[in-house]
Amino acid sequence: MLTNQVAIVTGGSRGIGRSIACTLAEAGADVVIFYAGNQVAAEETLAAIQATGRQGLALQVDVSNQEQVDAACKQVLERFGRIDVLVNNAGITRDNLIMRIKEDDWDQVLDTNLKGVFFCTKAVIRPMMKQRSGRIINISSVVGVIGNPGQANYVAAKAGVIGLTKSTAKEIASRNITVNAIAPGFIETDMTAKLDEQTQKSMLGSIPLGRFGAAADVAELVKFLASPAASYITGQTIHVDGGMVTS
Amino acid sequence: MATTLERVQKIISEKLDVAIEEVTLEASIREDLDADSLDVVDLIMDLEDEFGLSISEEAAEKITIVKDIVTFVDGQKA
Repeated sequence: MLTNQVAIVTGGSRGIGRSIACTLAEAGADVVIFYAGNQVAAEETLAAIQATGRQGLALQVDVSNQEQVDAACKQVLERFGRIDVLVNNAGITRDNLIMRIKEDDWDQVLDTNLKGVFFCTKAVIRPMMKQRSGRIINISSVVGVIGNPGQANYVAAKAGVIGLTKSTAKEIASRNITVNAIAPGFIETDMTAKLDEQTQKSMLGSIPLGRFGAAADVAELVKFLASPAASYITGQTIHVDGGMVTS
Repeated sequence: MATTLERVQKIISEKLDVAIEEVTLEASIREDLDADSLDVVDLIMDLEDEFGLSISEEAAEKITIVKDIVTFVDGQKA
């Protein structure tokens, strides 16, 4: 399905990113993960990628640092010769009520979750333009569409990702590069495990399917969007949220 | 060794999929050679690679015909 393709997954060491990395490798892609700092988790993911028989690479990259992003993408091109798929998945939270969000909490979340998508996208567009093909898949969030109290910084960044997705899609469609966003709902990961019980309970009540999602639910959609079958889909935000948002 | 014009002609011809003969000194990159804004950005990056130089946004904006590129490149080398 993705045989001999090269994919980069940011935030690829844990959670949804790890599931995406492994799913793309199982579909035949060589997978590079960018990870922020958890080397143990990155090595575990790398081993899981290699266990599929595909090549893997784990690079420690702060996606909010353009120099690091450019250097890492250059390294990927030197090693693999091409970049077919970019999955912008890296994300952090610094939750608080807006009155209590400090400037630094705002900046960190926007820098990683939105500016990081910009830097990574910018770095891969050129090789993709030369190849006349490419897939960029941005992981947004359902809260970027409907809002969420206590997450103004995260929500602003995730809504920004949707706008960035639409503009980028229109700009580079003529080069056969598609850009789509995925808006996961409540997916069970380390990030959502931090939420208190009451929040989890109230979220469950807002999910028509009555259950939380799994990282694999998101990864399967990434695999589809990266595949030739999705070549006519671009600029979209697709929800994987158990029916929380219907449009 | 190929002249600057010949190297520029080859890059433009490949990038914009036009015949080398069409890439004359006076040809307008956007109008005669039918490049859109994305093509121009792409072309500038290829020229930077080919000649090992950096073309600023300001310099890029001044480029309209093929001759502008040749003049710029030769000016950088001089």
